[in-house]
Amino acid sequence: MPAPIRLRELIRTIRTARTQAEEREMIQKECAAIRSSFREEDNTYRCRNVAKLLYMHMLGYPAHFGQLECLKLIASQKFTDKRIGYLGAMLLLDERQDVHLLMTNCIKNDLNHSTQYVQGLALCTLGCMGSSEMCRDLAGEVEKLLKTSNSYLRKKAALCAVHVIRKVPELMEMFLPATKNLLNEKNHGVLHTSVVLLTEMCERSPDMLAHFRKVNLVPQLVRILKNLIMSGYSPEHDVSGISDPFLQVRILRLLRILGRNDDDSSEAMNDILAQVATNTETSKNVGNAILYETVLTIMDIKSESGLRVLAINILGRFLLNNDKNIRYVALTSLLKTVQTDHNAVQRHRSTIVDCLKDLDVSIKRRAMELSFALVNGNNVRGMMKELLYFLDSCEPEFKADCASGIFLAAEKYAPSKRWHIDTIMRVLTTAGSYVRDDAVPNLIQLITNSVEMHAYTVQRLYKAILGDYSQQPLVQVASWCIGEYGDLLVSGQCEEEEPIQVTEDEVLDILESVLISNMSASVTRGYALTAIMKLSTRFTCTVNRIKKVVSIYGSSIDVELQQRAVEYNALFKKYDHMRPALLERMPVMEKVTTNGPTEIVQTNGETEPAVLETKPPPSGLQPASQANDLLDLLGGSDITPVIPTAPTSKPASAGGELLDLLGDLNLTGSPVPAPAPQTAQPPFLLDGLSSQPLFNDTAAGIPSITAYNKNGLKIDFTFERSNTNPSVTVITIQASNSTELDMTDFVFQAAVPKTFQLQLLSPSSSVIPAFNSGTITQVIKVLNPQKQQLRMRIKLTYNHKGSAMQDLAEVNNFPPQSWQ
Amino acid sequence: MIKFFLMVNKQGQTRLSRYYEHVEINKRTMLEAEVIKKCLSRSKDQCSFIEYKDFKLVYRQYAALFVVVGINETENEMAVYELIHNFVEVLDKYFSRV
Repeated sequence: MPAPIRLRELIRTIRTARTQAEEREMIQKECAAIRSSFREEDNTYRCRNVAKLLYMHMLGYPAHFGQLECLKLIASQKFTDKRIGYLGAMLLLDERQDVHLLMTNCIKNDLNHSTQYVQGLALCTLGCMGSSEMCRDLAGEVEKLLKTSNSYLRKKAALCAVHVIRKVPELMEMFLPATKNLLNEKNHGVLHTSVVLLTEMCERSPDMLAHFRKVNLVPQLVRILKNLIMSGYSPEHDVSGISDPFLQVRILRLLRILGRNDDDSSEAMNDILAQVATNTETSKNVGNAILYETVLTIMDIKSESGLRVLAINILGRFLLNNDKNIRYVALTSLLKTVQTDHNAVQRHRSTIVDCLKDLDVSIKRRAMELSFALVNGNNVRGMMKELLYFLDSCEPEFKADCASGIFLAAEKYAPSKRWHIDTIMRVLTTAGSYVRDDAVPNLIQLITNSVEMHAYTVQRLYKAILGDYSQQPLVQVASWCIGEYGDLLVSGQCEEEEPIQVTEDEVLDILESVLISNMSASVTRGYALTAIMKLSTRFTCTVNRIKKVVSIYGSSIDVELQQRAVEYNALFKKYDHMRPALLERMPVMEKVTTNGPTEIVQTNGETEPAVLETKPPPSGLQPASQANDLLDLLGGSDITPVIPTAPTSKPASAGGELLDLLGDLNLTGSPVPAPAPQTAQPPFLLDGLSSQPLFNDTAAGIPSITAYNKNGLKIDFTFERSNTNPSVTVITIQASNSTELDMTDFVFQAAVPKTFQLQLLSPSSSVIPAFNSGTITQVIKVLNPQKQQLRMRIKLTYNHKGSAMQDLAEVNNFPPQSWQ
Repeated sequence: MIKFFLMVNKQGQTRLSRYYEHVEINKRTMLEAEVIKKCLSRSKDQCSFIEYKDFKLVYRQYAALFVVVGINETENEMAVYELIHNFVEVLDKYFSRV
């Protein structure tokens, strides 16, 4: 059989292949030749064949049949064989293959070989792919080699030790004594690998870390670093004028780990860090790499403030550099430090904002994140301008993040409502399709809150969609506003801006075109239809046109639109008398502070874990003790006491409940059956937003009860049921005093069984005047989802005739209509 | 930590590859193709560090050859950049006329 070709020939041949298929063919042919050669157990050429196999493996072709051959090569006595054999082992074998264990004995022998190169090979291979069993077996040998005086072997042993520690962390202590002398070497190779070993030990085990701190590792490292900087030119280690920058970087990293959260170590390294920071030449990339590492170290340890300022200034200088790499690195580090050293970073704000205009994608992203972190009350106007400009011109992958960031920042720092609305509108027009879904309800809520801006807002929105109604969120918000404030639009009253002359027909035109347009999503059409309907009460001359539009959609294919249209039709025909009341202006929506799920109940200071993120009012502490009293007295684990909420919570709770009922502002709400004749159910339109029709007191009157009557104190309960949420009962208590003296500091507390939820709103006052001349009223809301019989325990405390009185009672005589 | 070290030419052919973490052999070619595509699409005055999946790529171009190193977040990007250059210089010294 002719001698197999050399590796070089193979490479040359493969390179001549012009297509992938040709290459594959050549390789398959060669593989076949190699396989037959292996079968023949050819010793002389085995090494050559395995080398070729390794090359083919690197190109991506399977080569597992060469594994055993590698083992045979390792066992051979020739150095060239061993060399290829170990290389093959490193590339082809790992702990997944069972064959690798066969190597253990070979490696053991080779670790004790007389030639250092063979020992080196063995160390390399063990350090590269040693499994935990192998490492356990051979750790002793590695440790021995770590102590040898041969620097060639020492450095390899150190790296091997790193791998052993990674695989078998328990063996770390074994290497500890050997590390004592490692840093006394002159050889940079040994120094470097020792530093790596020490770094690995410190990262893995806090005990080791403490040990090294005690054993004065820091001064040693400082000394080495100093030598590196101060020593003159050394040809062996020079890279562009700096002596062994790789070692410097490694040492700085180890110093970082040692100095983290440790004052003594940090102090010991302050000087050297300052020295490195000031003396390193920055004209070449090498110097900048070292400075970068230094800055990271300074930021991480407990350095003094002067040093930190120095570090941030270095980063600032990086930002001004022309080299993109350096700018990128600077932006990344600034992002990490902006939390802790906010003011210092603010100084470089203008440079950062300039980076937004850079061409490079990585830099732009970093600059955007950093800009958002830097926005505060003072610079918000300027920053927003830049960010909006950025939003205009950036790549689509950024737009969503940028839009969300702008919303958040605007919410936190808006200097005026008009500015806020303007900003949000600008975002909607530029990046409308990328905004998050909750942007629309948030914006609508914001608009309702700024009462004085209604005219201005609706005018601007109208103008915005006149030209273009393809951006869905914008159209949704605009339709909603036009529906609500259409009368302001046509009356042409607007103080902030030049009022425009719009007729009712023009407004209807635009809404109809939204309805008809192909670009409108179903949701948007819903908004538009509802808006048209609302305008029927606000506009005077176009009611017929509205009726016509609404009736057309009664037969729409879209079920959602059809349902709405049919109900609106009914509103025109049968319930025309109710139309104005139902379609009247929405009240101001209270701002809910949380984005999470809102519930009707707030239990303050109590153990309910699943409740809102809203903070319990400060009075929570004191009532908590009262609640405990209530619990003690009541006993029984099925009662959850509720403390009266502080006044500030009232709006939030109302908002919470309202928003809960509001659903997703599509005003679809829960599907309402065709208007039933017997109860005049207010349609979903309102979703219980306006306070009047929410709790329908015209519905079958629920008898009121006297819950408590003792010692001249009488407490009456009157009930209301909510129509939109049948599990909610609203109880209004009236406390009156028939004695001759006032009752002061009156506090009413209530507890209900666990299946209920209770909310106590603030009382009208805490003094009940004598002789029944006045009453205290307080509202309690009870949520009763399981429709169980309502029971309540109440506790009353008040001051009367100079003494403190307190009483407990149970209320069981709730009328069935209040909870069924 | 360095995840891998690649030398790929402009046509996408791998000249050298060394993986320091186990990657399936068929995934390797895919990875290399994606990586080289990203590097080729960059212009000369763009930053040498690209964020790719959950690690960073540091690349450097020498004539028609790209040297790409994949690192994770603990590594100093600029030091790796220097390392690449050092490696190329070593090859140059050892083999002459790289």
